[in-house]
Amino acid sequence: MITVLQPGLASTIQDEGRAEYLAFGLPRAGVMDRYAAHMANLLCGNPVSAAVLEMTLMGGSFRFGQACRIALCGADMEPRLNGQPIGNWQALTVVAGDVLETGYARTGCRSYLAVGGGFAVPMVMGSRSTYTRANLGGVEGRILKAGDCLPQGEAPPVSGPPTRLPSRFIPAYPEQITLRVILGPQDDLFLPEGIAALFSGEYLVSDEADRMGYRLAGPEIRHRDKADIVSDALGIGAIQVPGSGQPIVMMADCGTTGGYAKIGAVIGADLWKLAQAKPQNTVRFVQYTDPAAVEALREEQNLYRAAAEMISTGGSPAPTDRVGVRRLNLRIDGQAYEIEMEEVTGNEDN
Amino acid sequence: MEKLKYLSQGETGLVVEFGDAIDPAVNTRVHDLARRIASECKGLVEAVVPTYRSFLIFFDPLLISRHELTAKIDALASAAESAQASASAAKIVVIPTLYGGEAGPDLEFVAGHNQLSPDEVVQIHSSTPYRIYMIGFTPGFPYLGGMSEKIAAPRLKVPRTKIPAGSVGIAGAQTGLYPVESPGGWQLIGRTPLKVFNPASEQPFLYSAGDFLQFEPITAAEFEQIENDVARGVYQPKTFTDKEAAK
Repeated sequence: MITVLQPGLASTIQDEGRAEYLAFGLPRAGVMDRYAAHMANLLCGNPVSAAVLEMTLMGGSFRFGQACRIALCGADMEPRLNGQPIGNWQALTVVAGDVLETGYARTGCRSYLAVGGGFAVPMVMGSRSTYTRANLGGVEGRILKAGDCLPQGEAPPVSGPPTRLPSRFIPAYPEQITLRVILGPQDDLFLPEGIAALFSGEYLVSDEADRMGYRLAGPEIRHRDKADIVSDALGIGAIQVPGSGQPIVMMADCGTTGGYAKIGAVIGADLWKLAQAKPQNTVRFVQYTDPAAVEALREEQNLYRAAAEMISTGGSPAPTDRVGVRRLNLRIDGQAYEIEMEEVTGNEDN
Repeated sequence: MEKLKYLSQGETGLVVEFGDAIDPAVNTRVHDLARRIASECKGLVEAVVPTYRSFLIFFDPLLISRHELTAKIDALASAAESAQASASAAKIVVIPTLYGGEAGPDLEFVAGHNQLSPDEVVQIHSSTPYRIYMIGFTPGFPYLGGMSEKIAAPRLKVPRTKIPAGSVGIAGAQTGLYPVESPGGWQLIGRTPLKVFNPASEQPFLYSAGDFLQFEPITAAEFEQIENDVARGVYQPKTFTDKEAAK
């Protein structure tokens, strides 16, 4: 059991969401940044489908009721355990009574707390994800509040030193991001200069950026004729462009259908970048192909596999950080080699 | 038959488009093929979301490639066209509705607007089943087609901030039903005691896109009875097929 002392700004329990009822108008919900959430689960020895706690912009504080493994991944909310700074992207063991505090997201926007066994809130319609607009899932279908008690699933007892992910697994959250986009399904409803604007302009993340979607502001994306279509289905990552010519990127809680033309979709492997963007950050779009996007998905899966393997074999418990890692692909006598070079520094604070 | 158009919605989304029109025949083809794909490609596709004139398939391209998926759909589509005659009967779900009064505060307006009596509006509204072209907007919100122009009415000038779940309304020549409490600008003519979206139920939704809804006038006493039965979990929703109706 974990007690919420301070809930933070908009903290909710999320897992991979529910796809089963999309045809009934029920949004998928689920974690906004699946990469950080997956890594947090892997660090705790959980399946990636386990429910985690998603904190947005401003984290909260939590008291643990039992010994367990925990991990924080994603935005750097300067976490402290019993007042002592701890690092992100590592698993550590807490004991009953320990208090975790997190603050404002110094880099990124969303931080994920995983605990061994996962957050065992009830399954609702096949998922533990909170969808606040229908008061569904999570804790009574709402954002967390002080005093909430979060049930925890069974997990084998784990102890030992902190396990930290090597830096090659740890993404940066810059204030300018580039998102790869596949055109369609309605790119033919846009003028060529409209498509050119999308791929050459810089767009600002507006204040209207939440779990439903990110409204962006920048060069106008002009339609050929009109912005309205006969309403059809859409998914996370879809870029809707209403009559204003300003794009809206659909996110986890987006409606299942919409009536604006969709110029393209952000590829799945890049959605976490937008989920970690704050208002006033900037976004650029580059055109990408379908096969390359599938390859990016495969690489993402490979990273999860590599991380899981590294963690299960004890990982890199050494308190070192890896700076300046460079990877080279070499081919010698027809044999492919992947070479990693790094400078090793000691004296890290974790 | 028009050729299917395959479009992208990201690397995990395949849009299958049947044209550009809101048309009952097109919509029937959409739902027919969407159902076939959902059952034939279980495990390969994550979800199929049918709408007016297209559906969107969510799939894992690491499990099945876009090319393999479109080939499968082409095969299913040609099988579907040749089996057109034996298309399965459409399901009609009965929506018991208390018209007028507090349950339907705008019934009088809709009647006056069309120079009809409230009873005539009720009679016309409940005389025919309506096709659920698609579901969207909020969980369970049905986009219905086929309402008579005789009872059409403009949207409210100022939308209501809170419409009770189960409200039945009219907007232009469209009719619909609010499954969850939400804001909205439709003229409310009645309310059903049914819970069309019930997350706690094994079947959380009372109907699917592609089904039909038939509104059935009930009295205030019947409303209360059904509401009680629904709350106790003993209400059996009434459904029939168009083939049964024809008998």
